[in-house]
Amino acid sequence: MSTATLERNGVADQSAAEPLLSVNNIEVVYDHVILVLKGVSLQVPKGGIVALLGANGAGKSTTLKAISTLLGSERGEVTKGSITLAGETVHHLTPTQLVRRGVVQVMEGRHCFEHLTVEENLLTGAYTRRDGSAAIRRDLEMVYHYFPRLRERRKALAGYTSGGEQQMCAIGRALMARPRVVLLDEPSMGLAPQLVEEIFEIVAKLNSEEHVTFLLAEQNTNMALRYARFGYVLENGRVVLDGDAESLRNNEDVKEFYLGLGSSGRRSFREIKSYKRRKRWL
Amino acid sequence: METLSAVLVEPFVAIAEAPMFFFEVLIGGLLSGVMYALVALGFVLIFKASGVFNFAQGAMVLFAALFFVGFIDLGWPIWLSLVVTVGVMVLLALVIERAVLRPLVNQDPIILFMATIGITFFLDGFGQTLWGSDVRRLDIGIPDDPLIVAGLYVNQFDIYAAVICGLLVLGLALFFQFTPTGRALRAVADDHQAAMSVGVPLNVIWAIVWTVAGIVGLVAGIMWGAKLGVQFNLALIALKALPVLILGGFTSVPGAIVGGLIIGAGEKVAEVFWGEVLGGAIEDWFAYMLAMVFLLFRPQGLFGEKIIERV
Repeated sequence: MSTATLERNGVADQSAAEPLLSVNNIEVVYDHVILVLKGVSLQVPKGGIVALLGANGAGKSTTLKAISTLLGSERGEVTKGSITLAGETVHHLTPTQLVRRGVVQVMEGRHCFEHLTVEENLLTGAYTRRDGSAAIRRDLEMVYHYFPRLRERRKALAGYTSGGEQQMCAIGRALMARPRVVLLDEPSMGLAPQLVEEIFEIVAKLNSEEHVTFLLAEQNTNMALRYARFGYVLENGRVVLDGDAESLRNNEDVKEFYLGLGSSGRRSFREIKSYKRRKRWL
Repeated sequence: METLSAVLVEPFVAIAEAPMFFFEVLIGGLLSGVMYALVALGFVLIFKASGVFNFAQGAMVLFAALFFVGFIDLGWPIWLSLVVTVGVMVLLALVIERAVLRPLVNQDPIILFMATIGITFFLDGFGQTLWGSDVRRLDIGIPDDPLIVAGLYVNQFDIYAAVICGLLVLGLALFFQFTPTGRALRAVADDHQAAMSVGVPLNVIWAIVWTVAGIVGLVAGIMWGAKLGVQFNLALIALKALPVLILGGFTSVPGAIVGGLIIGAGEKVAEVFWGEVLGGAIEDWFAYMLAMVFLLFRPQGLFGEKIIERV
């Protein structure tokens, strides 16, 4: 654990009242015509783990990409609303500028550099840093400390490592940028339950020991709500429900729709739709 | 029967009878292959980093050579001309990134390809408007005399060309393998979205790649220009680089080198030993023929991107 991280957290703690990351009623349009997010608002407190839940196509990934501004490379843009990082409006910045400010996204499907070794992958994560190779070496050791498997595989081409190792590599690579917030998109995708648990444990450890804030998009609602402190449920590009993890876990709708623990018999799809429509806000 | 024997037997008999002569031809071919490799290298660099097939690479060779020889004709010393021409190529890369690549980001590869055709016309026209379209002699002080090495006649100029090319490739390899920028270039070549997600700025990377390709083009332009004179024909040697690329693979730097060597050696040997039987001028089509055979049986080339498949 490096002193610089501690100092940064010490400074930021003074303004703890303000959320570190705040998304204010954003609309996202792809290709100038396809409206994907229809007013999403959420707050990520400093040092928190916030889960973004919802089914396929609900807009989880789009929300994360709007925050990291990777949307631009997919011809999407934020047309309404704003995104602020510690008070500064950031949605018009470039991905590079955002990484420099401490927001790094781990993309869905891992996206390791296949023809680079694991260690080269990690070092590429430090591309934007200007604090010298000694500091980067130190953080490399930090990543290896949290992901001992990566140390074993550090000379292997990332393309030849297993799915779990690639996910760890992608998270480790993001950590090398010294992020304040990691936007973690679907870390459980395609992984065995045991591995998913291992990765979530490490995420929780990074959160508590290295004070990295996480915004986590996840379909695996059960797992996400075990580790997150707060959650938002997205549906059709809108936030339909939010609350702390405990209350979401006990919410009848979440139980029924996302955890598969329905108490009453399954209602028809039509009923669900109209029910949801009434409950929407924003 | 006679034709068969003339094609399949007699050339080999000729080779066996005069092995020294064969080696001379082979070495001459390999060394001129190095020159093809130089041009192919520029294509590979840009294709790897941005997935753009840069049709303008040949025009960049001509453009760089025109500026270099133009400065020399103004009476500038060689080193100064070289430095200033490198500056011109850097500037060109920046302008191309800003004016062509950036507005076309996220477009289909074919649109970017068309844009590079536009760049070709611009470079050909602009370069020749500025410096004229006469053939200019370029003398950089490398003697063009034969040299006797181990009993073999070898062209001295070709040896210099090979050494310079070797140094250039070595430099590039070290740059790509061991510097953070080189690593970022390889990362972008692998997965540009992931590279963006960790903050690698694509436009800076593209400017760097086009600069490097421009400098490689400059070296190729100087070597070819010294050999053939600086003239519009230089832009056309890029066509010879195409079969080299097909042979070596579009994404492989070693492939460009080996492809160049094979084509260079192959066409010289074919010309000398098979030329008479097949009606001569084999050199002109041999490379394309070989490329076609490769397209049939190994379309990714000898060293094309290893497609990683996990089992």
